[in-house]
Amino acid sequence: MSMFDYSLDHVSVGLNSDLNKLVLKDISIEIKQGEQIAVIGKSGAGKTTFLETLALANMPISGQLKVLGYFPWRLSDLARHKLRSSLFLTPQHPPLPPRQRVITSVLSGCLPQWSLWKALCSLFYPKDSAHAFAALKPFVIEDKIFTRVDRLSGGERQRVSLARMLASNAKILLVDEPLSALDPALSNMVLNAILQEAKKRNATLICSLHQTELACSVFPRIIGMLDGKILFDLPKVEVTQDLIALLYQQTPAQDDTAFAGFDISQPKLPQLDGNLC
Amino acid sequence: MIKNHQNLKPENLHRDPTWRHRVSISLLIILTIYPLLTATQFKPWALFDYQSAQATWQFLASFVPPKTSLEFLVELAKAAWLTIAIATCGMFMSLLLAIPLALIITNHFSISSLGKSRMAYFPFWVRQFLRWVLVILRSIPELVFALLIVRIVGLGPTAGVLAIMLAYTGMLAKVYAEILESSDRHCSNTLLKNGVSRLHTFLYSALPQCGPELVSYTIYRWECAIRSASVMGMVGAGGLGQYLDGSIKMMAGGAMSTGNEVSTILLVFVLLVACADYVSSWLRKSLE
Repeated sequence: MSMFDYSLDHVSVGLNSDLNKLVLKDISIEIKQGEQIAVIGKSGAGKTTFLETLALANMPISGQLKVLGYFPWRLSDLARHKLRSSLFLTPQHPPLPPRQRVITSVLSGCLPQWSLWKALCSLFYPKDSAHAFAALKPFVIEDKIFTRVDRLSGGERQRVSLARMLASNAKILLVDEPLSALDPALSNMVLNAILQEAKKRNATLICSLHQTELACSVFPRIIGMLDGKILFDLPKVEVTQDLIALLYQQTPAQDDTAFAGFDISQPKLPQLDGNLC
Repeated sequence: MIKNHQNLKPENLHRDPTWRHRVSISLLIILTIYPLLTATQFKPWALFDYQSAQATWQFLASFVPPKTSLEFLVELAKAAWLTIAIATCGMFMSLLLAIPLALIITNHFSISSLGKSRMAYFPFWVRQFLRWVLVILRSIPELVFALLIVRIVGLGPTAGVLAIMLAYTGMLAKVYAEILESSDRHCSNTLLKNGVSRLHTFLYSALPQCGPELVSYTIYRWECAIRSASVMGMVGAGGLGQYLDGSIKMMAGGAMSTGNEVSTILLVFVLLVACADYVSSWLRKSLE
């Protein structure tokens, strides 16, 4: 085992492996086991692609990616898939089937460890409901355990999807904008629950966020992304207001952004000031 | 997807960029239908000239009254029961084949293509090969299957069961795979990205999404299977069709003493399909 959970060496990632549409450009970074990192940047800066690359859901076009001592894209498909079960990616939009019950959705986090027989039995009578209950509790949503997902509000769904991460036994937690559907008070509580859980199981936590102030107050290490590159990678005390301003500045429209007038990054800007905690 | 950005000048923004496409597709449909109508010599007004109207009337009048002797009805009830048995057994056998096939051919749970633009060669060709096999199974009507199988296993319901099994495997597997592919990819992809295997992903992501749709389609197909099983008897594969075949020949021969057998059998057909329809709508309702 190397001492690094991740080491990325000049990694570039393209949209659908397309060389002409690079989403991540020349990323070099090392992440130690147990670190807690926030990834900040404008919408479209490549935060999600960065997390997906770390989750082995995107193959780099060039560069070296090393995870837990392995070069995953040199492994066989099966070995790489096995490696994926020690990582857990929580996407921004809750990936929950509407008709499923909360308990089943949460227990899906245990699926990599379950045999097919156990998975099948759990559909008839949930195995280990205490485990699901414990995963829901930190997000104060344990009373919804037997509710169907389509009866939940957006914020509740987001918390259920985070509870699924807690139910898994992954050693690396990758979280994409966990607060996008939550109000400021809930945001604080949810982020604290995630950080505490990561600390408790000594897991590495990498989390993309739009709430820069919040990120800079609770995460020891901050990565700022701009146009698919890492603009800065600093301890939180060294992140200045100027750097943040630089991160969110309006860049000149590129030739592939014909919709400059509808740029989705614009409505997000006011949120910055609104969510300061 | 909008391809050319030149069209998106401010003065063009209020114009729908795809209207030309829509108009030309409509024109194309009209242009293809016309030669097809001439090729089939489709002249519905021929039905209404005096001579054919009279022939139609005589034919229809000979259907009344239906034959209702108790003996005949008991025989028909037995045959109807046999027809339902053939359809249900055939459906069950084809389910056993179609479910695993659908899970294999769907692209939805591909692990080798995760994070890459294409899947590995071996799984790609396995999927392709099985899809061709299913196309072959689908392209042969179940009646033809029944005709061929009767020669192998002899006259009787076994031929009907096998014919339905083969023909319906092709249909069910293809449509199941399509239903699975129409489910939300985000849910199943997230599970796959977290290292979950394909069958687990199916059980915990696609099944809760498309379960009712899959069941509803299966019930509809069972209804269709009852209809095909009724007809299959005409080629010797057991059930109601065998009686229909004999009665139609008798009717052509003009032997009509105690009412028309054909109309009784057709009424039983209607009753069967109506019952299947009732059962399936009840099942669908209880699924929601």
